[in-house]
Amino acid sequence: MALTDSDNAMRSEPVGVVGPGDAAPLLEKRDGATLRPTGAGKARNRKGWFQVLRPLTPRARLLLGMLSFVLPIAAWCVVSYVPYVWHPQIAITDPGATDYLQVGMRMNKAAFDDVVAEAKADHKAPPQGYASNPIYLPAPHEVAAAFYTSFVTPPATKDQPWLHQSLWHSIQVIFWGFVISSIFGVPIGILCGTYAAFARLTEPFVEFFRYLPAPAFGALAVAILGIYDGPKITIIVIGTFFQQVLIIANTTRKLDVGLVEAALTLGTKRFQLLWRVVIPGILPDLYRDQRILLGWAWTYLIVAELIGTTTGITWFITQQARYQHFANVYAAIMMIGIIGLGTDMLLALLGRRLFPWERSLDKSA
Amino acid sequence: MSDTAMNKPVGLPALPSYLDQSDAVRARFERLKQREVILKVDGLNKVFSSGQRETLALSDISFETHRREFLCVVGPSGCGKSTLVRILAGLEEHTSGDVLLLGEPVSEPGRDRGMVFQGYTLFPWLTVKKNVMFGLEVNGSGAYEAEKQALQWLQLIGLEKFADAYPNQLSGGMKQRVAIVRALANQPRILLMDEPFGALDAQTRSRMQAHLLEIWRKIDITIVFITHDLDEAIFLADRILVLSAHPGQVQELIEVPVPHPRSSAQFISPEFLATKARLEELIHKGEAPDEEDSGTYSMVARMTDIADDID
Ligand SMILES: Nc1ncnc2c1ncn2[C@@H]1O[C@H](COP(=O)(O)OP(=O)(O)O)[C@@H](O)[C@H]1O
Ligand SMILES: [Mg+2]
Repeated sequence: MALTDSDNAMRSEPVGVVGPGDAAPLLEKRDGATLRPTGAGKARNRKGWFQVLRPLTPRARLLLGMLSFVLPIAAWCVVSYVPYVWHPQIAITDPGATDYLQVGMRMNKAAFDDVVAEAKADHKAPPQGYASNPIYLPAPHEVAAAFYTSFVTPPATKDQPWLHQSLWHSIQVIFWGFVISSIFGVPIGILCGTYAAFARLTEPFVEFFRYLPAPAFGALAVAILGIYDGPKITIIVIGTFFQQVLIIANTTRKLDVGLVEAALTLGTKRFQLLWRVVIPGILPDLYRDQRILLGWAWTYLIVAELIGTTTGITWFITQQARYQHFANVYAAIMMIGIIGLGTDMLLALLGRRLFPWERSLDKSA
Repeated sequence: MSDTAMNKPVGLPALPSYLDQSDAVRARFERLKQREVILKVDGLNKVFSSGQRETLALSDISFETHRREFLCVVGPSGCGKSTLVRILAGLEEHTSGDVLLLGEPVSEPGRDRGMVFQGYTLFPWLTVKKNVMFGLEVNGSGAYEAEKQALQWLQLIGLEKFADAYPNQLSGGMKQRVAIVRALANQPRILLMDEPFGALDAQTRSRMQAHLLEIWRKIDITIVFITHDLDEAIFLADRILVLSAHPGQVQELIEVPVPHPRSSAQFISPEFLATKARLEELIHKGEAPDEEDSGTYSMVARMTDIADDID
């Protein structure tokens, strides 16, 4: 009898309660900021950017996120296009009567002034030129153009790869390095986090090994695995694996013991705990760790590709630098950043689909 | 209800003794004690040793609970209530003494003892329904059977609409209801609850108490319920085990004279007040005098501005 009464009373309790379908409104409610009337919100938001440990409004997030790219690019534009902000050199447009200057050559301003003064003193035609930055700092539009031209410019010889082939090669090296590292690193990390005995047996050595710089194993890897992709993948594995074990072990240890105890009191056998509780319990955090580790793997790419025969994007960069095509060099470096950030954003999106229960908890990302 | 209790005006200092029981209540306790013993704790001791220091957390605890009894355990903070219930659950080992569930010694966690924690501990990656199915599945029930039962349990607590929601979409009270049926779905012999409503606000809390009594009346379950809220203990319990601190010892096992079925109107009944007076007496006696809050308010300097003469 009283059950139905109290039952109805319970249903009318829904402060912060949402039906299965509408997780989103809850998210917004928790955020607080999104509920503010826009008029009153504006004044508060400006102050809100400097609130300690408080989330931003979505608009502020977007704006600041874009600014973080716009600001450095703007600085670069100023240095490139506004004369005499820097422009320490003169690019020659007409050598004049001198025999050692050539069109397109760059020289320091002081030296150029000397040459001009000398020519004038000798009553010869002085060289002409315009103020420019050193060749290693191309302007933004030159680099932007290089994003296109470097893809369509054929390689110098037939047996050399196109840029997209070089990039693809690099991506494969990263991929296999990361996969091989994860095949071992993830299970070992989880076991370390779960069983203290296993952690004690493994972690001291791993702690030691992670201080050894991965490139130090380059020569060894070449001796063992030859000059092709083997040693490169090995460097990425060495660079990733040891960090991976420690990070994932720590993530596993952060799992709420209460969940394990709850499972035990529900009759879960000890050997079932790993599959039933530990792994699903840490999965979203594990996924986040993997994203961070993938970023680290990319930072080992260039060293890895220099080992044995230079390949991939590293080969492209060194080639272009040799011919002083610095716009191409910058473009290639930026491509690495774009691929890295792009993959991470895709993985973040995928993560939200994979772990729907995290959604209303997730404050960032 | 007894005549004496009825005739006593409410609120006067002359309360009946908490030992006075109406005929109905006395008969109820007699029936209760004739039922089989579900849990028997005998001479239980628990020593925590960290480094060289040894703390005697529980000392010579003995009591019994009978089938379908609702036993509350109260005591000052740090007296070992959680330790006791964790030992009963098998999550903690005891140093000496016996813990017998239906005559069998308890050594590790098992499905015959369900547990509800203060911190909900629902599995966040599982939907509400899957949470309730968890115990059945790890114990080898088929998915179809487990799902059918889970839905029945959710119906019992009025949450069938939330079967496919994730725990973080529920309020605290709803989470705790799910946690209770998750434990009950395993059909344990005894349900252990460690301050399960401690984190809830007062309103939700009293609704949850009424709800728990309803569930308890409907199914064959013995409950050991830890709380530090004396009203809660009297409202829920058949009997109350009062512990004292440092070390945790049994002070008294009180038979609550408040008749069944319970309702919130009884909070001011003479039996209720008498029981509460007795509990307060015991708890205050049990609290060590030089606990952390020995300082009185005179030690707090008056730090307001002299000019503010509001009071
Ligand atoms: N793991 C432990 N190691 C050492 N001492 C502990 C441990 N757990 C609890 N204790 C001690 O045992 C006593 C009882 O704790 P607890 O059972 O949590 O009390 P309660 O739940 O009644 O507040 C406390 O004095 C506490 O400090
Ligand atoms: Mg406690």
